[in-house]
Amino acid sequence: MTIEFETPKPILNQQVMLKTVAENMMRSVSREFDENEHSIPWDYVEFMHSAMRAMGGNGLAPRESENGKESSGKEKHPPIGYQLIATQIEALSWGDLGMYHCLPGGGLGAAAVYSAGSVEQRQKFLARFNEEKPTFAAMCMTEPGAGSDTSSILTRAVLDEKTNEWIINGEKIFVTGGDKSFTEYEKLGKGFIVVWASIDLIAGRAGMRAFVIESGTAGVKINKLEKKMGIRVSDTAAISLVDVRIPFENVLGSPTVEKTNTGFKGAMATFDATRPLVAASGIGVARAALEFLKEKLNENGIQIRYGLPRQKLSNIEREVIDMDIMLKSAWLMVLKAVWMADNKKPNAIEASMCKIKAGDVSTKITQKVVEILGPLGYSREFLAEKWFRDAKITDIYEGTGQINRLVVARQILGYSGKELR
Amino acid sequence: MYSFEPNEEQQMLMDAVGKYAENDLRPAAHDAEESHALPKKLVNKGWELGLLQASIPESYGGFGERSAVTGVLALEEMAFGDLAATLAVQTPSLFATPILLAGSEEQKQEYLPKIVGGEWSPYTAAFIEFSFDFDPHALKTTATLNDGEYVLNGEKVFVPFAKDAEAMIIYANLNGVTQGFIVPANTAGLKISDEREKLMGLNALPMYRVNLDDVKIPASNRLGGASGHDFDLILSSMRIASAAVAVGVANSSFEYAKNYAKERDAFGMKIAQKQAIAFMLAEMRTEIEAMRLLTWEAAWKLDNHKEDACVEAYLAFTGSVDMAMMVTDRGVQIYGGHGYIRENPVELLMRNGRGFPMLLGLAIV
Ligand SMILES: Cc1cc2nc3c(=O)[nH]c(=O)nc-3n(C[C@H](O)[C@H](O)[C@H](O)COP(=O)(O)OP(=O)(O)OC[C@H]3O[C@@H](n4cnc5c(N)ncnc54)[C@H](O)[C@@H]3O)c2cc1C
Repeated sequence: MTIEFETPKPILNQQVMLKTVAENMMRSVSREFDENEHSIPWDYVEFMHSAMRAMGGNGLAPRESENGKESSGKEKHPPIGYQLIATQIEALSWGDLGMYHCLPGGGLGAAAVYSAGSVEQRQKFLARFNEEKPTFAAMCMTEPGAGSDTSSILTRAVLDEKTNEWIINGEKIFVTGGDKSFTEYEKLGKGFIVVWASIDLIAGRAGMRAFVIESGTAGVKINKLEKKMGIRVSDTAAISLVDVRIPFENVLGSPTVEKTNTGFKGAMATFDATRPLVAASGIGVARAALEFLKEKLNENGIQIRYGLPRQKLSNIEREVIDMDIMLKSAWLMVLKAVWMADNKKPNAIEASMCKIKAGDVSTKITQKVVEILGPLGYSREFLAEKWFRDAKITDIYEGTGQINRLVVARQILGYSGKELR
Repeated sequence: MYSFEPNEEQQMLMDAVGKYAENDLRPAAHDAEESHALPKKLVNKGWELGLLQASIPESYGGFGERSAVTGVLALEEMAFGDLAATLAVQTPSLFATPILLAGSEEQKQEYLPKIVGGEWSPYTAAFIEFSFDFDPHALKTTATLNDGEYVLNGEKVFVPFAKDAEAMIIYANLNGVTQGFIVPANTAGLKISDEREKLMGLNALPMYRVNLDDVKIPASNRLGGASGHDFDLILSSMRIASAAVAVGVANSSFEYAKNYAKERDAFGMKIAQKQAIAFMLAEMRTEIEAMRLLTWEAAWKLDNHKEDACVEAYLAFTGSVDMAMMVTDRGVQIYGGHGYIRENPVELLMRNGRGFPMLLGLAIV
């Protein structure tokens, strides 16, 4: 091993293409979809789907071959699957964070199947994302009474031994892509939602399991789509589950409660894999905002004099330089976390640290940019104000900044959840 | 490729330096600061780890090749032990590394084997000036060419080991451009203060003021010879070294604070079990990591001659300076009143932690 920061060729190769997509398919309609909440950007969805299929892709799910498993060739390349995904997400979020969530493919739903499911389950549930029609999946953990404290979810799954079916009851909220994953649209393939539920409420975390519920299943109802501060093009659904029956095989991981809390570990493994990706998306928005600011400053004849001692810099220069430092270092933390994932190194602490940092950085930068731009920042004529609204979510979902601080603190202190709540 | 793991050789060096920092420097830091003296044995032991020697090719008496990445890895480890001792151990680098990077062939042959061939010996550099807006690119110390000689005038401060130095590099403004000049001890017009500098921290490191009153040196003593050198490369190497040292100092404060927080009871539990403390620790760790990675990347860019290497080095330095202040301040906060007492290690780290903006030029890789 070594220390190296050379961007790998496959990542470089995709960057021009991603930038074109971001500019022409996303930025160009950013404002339109921000103002027409809940309408689906079909052109983008269909274009992205056919583009990803043309590249033989699996959505943005990590490809086994890129993870080094199938690399039988003469030259053995180090695995860069997660690195590729993180850079893709950063670039698409630079285009539009909300529209990145409208990228067809499994999203968090597939990620859950990937981390908590068996090989057969992966094959069974994930193959659809490569088929003709764009297809979505979503992940339902959050409930009205259980957000950060995921272990207190009340949704239950009971096995009906006569029919060998699970019966699921509960309320889920804030489901990203819930509508596109569950509602049957003609232009979309058949999606699914992954619902976290308890098979044994008394067992607490050990009783938590994820269940795959196919779109159209009876008893599932989308009650509303939330109206949000930002990422308005991304649908956020409230879903009720009343006596929902699904086949026994749709439980991910073990169907019985053991002493080990494998179910909860499945959820946490999902987070280790996805937190750096959420961090990457935050950095994409922040970069968009910072680049826009620099462009505007440049138009107004303001150059940033890198290299000058602080005492000689103008306030704007200091602010921009500080933002450069935040953005670059946050991105390096993301790269390290995904590099560790690619190399099968345990990365719980790095995954949470980069989420903390990116959540801070993307909110701070977008807020600062609006401030420095003054009326130009606050006006809806430009996108800075939208990025400000969009970026805030990255410090909330996939573990709030506080929850990730808890995760990091527990790791560095060697504390359990009981010792540090 | 992206990769975040030191290679085997680097890891071995880091382990050796880390041991020295943990076992030798940390226990000695308090007394060294209070008594204003670094034990000679301590400095020699650090010198024997061979950080500088390993960055000089065999043809000049060393046994390796310079790598900025290796340099920052090792410096961070050492600074974890003690800042003053680290700067003392690597003071000869302030003279040797610029010569390695930018010196003429004769300069390299004359000085490098002498410096790396034997024991630690005082070669140093004079860079910092006593003004609030000290700017590396607009020095007030001047150099003028006169009859085939350079004439230096001005004042330098915080020059480590100046009193005993056999020679020093003095940076001066030559027609608007910063250049280094090699000035041997006892050159006429070179005056070194009798008293040591008195600073908020770093009292174990002997530093002096240097006055230059028409100091005349042959034209060949300009760093790089007649055509001079690229100062930005040297400045960037100073910046990443400072950044690495800042990361080491911050990490030391973090480690002390973390361990203390797990020991100290309040309101029926360990203070580390309180989120107000635990979150501070999580943020300290996160910011340390952020600046460590930025420093690594800047070093790597310097090694690989990337176009934006100098900007990156500037960003790593600027960011690390802030981070070191933030982290070392919290180190004291987590110790509470006990942190304010000089018997405990964190207040010295906080005093040292404030120094990085003004101590640029006291370390180089
Ligand atoms: C747009 C959007 C999309 C989302 N997408 C999904 C999705 O696809 N799937 C899904 O399952 N969920 C999703 N979520 C839910 C999201 O993950 C939760 O909102 C988040 O985890 C926080 O939970 P909460 O809103 O209940 O806040 P709470 O848990 O009530 O937290 C409120 C505040 O208390 C703090 N807090 C909580 N516990 C602690 C503690 N132990 N120590 C210190 N501070 C604490 C929090 O940091 C926060 O500041 C989404 C949310 C939004 C807004």
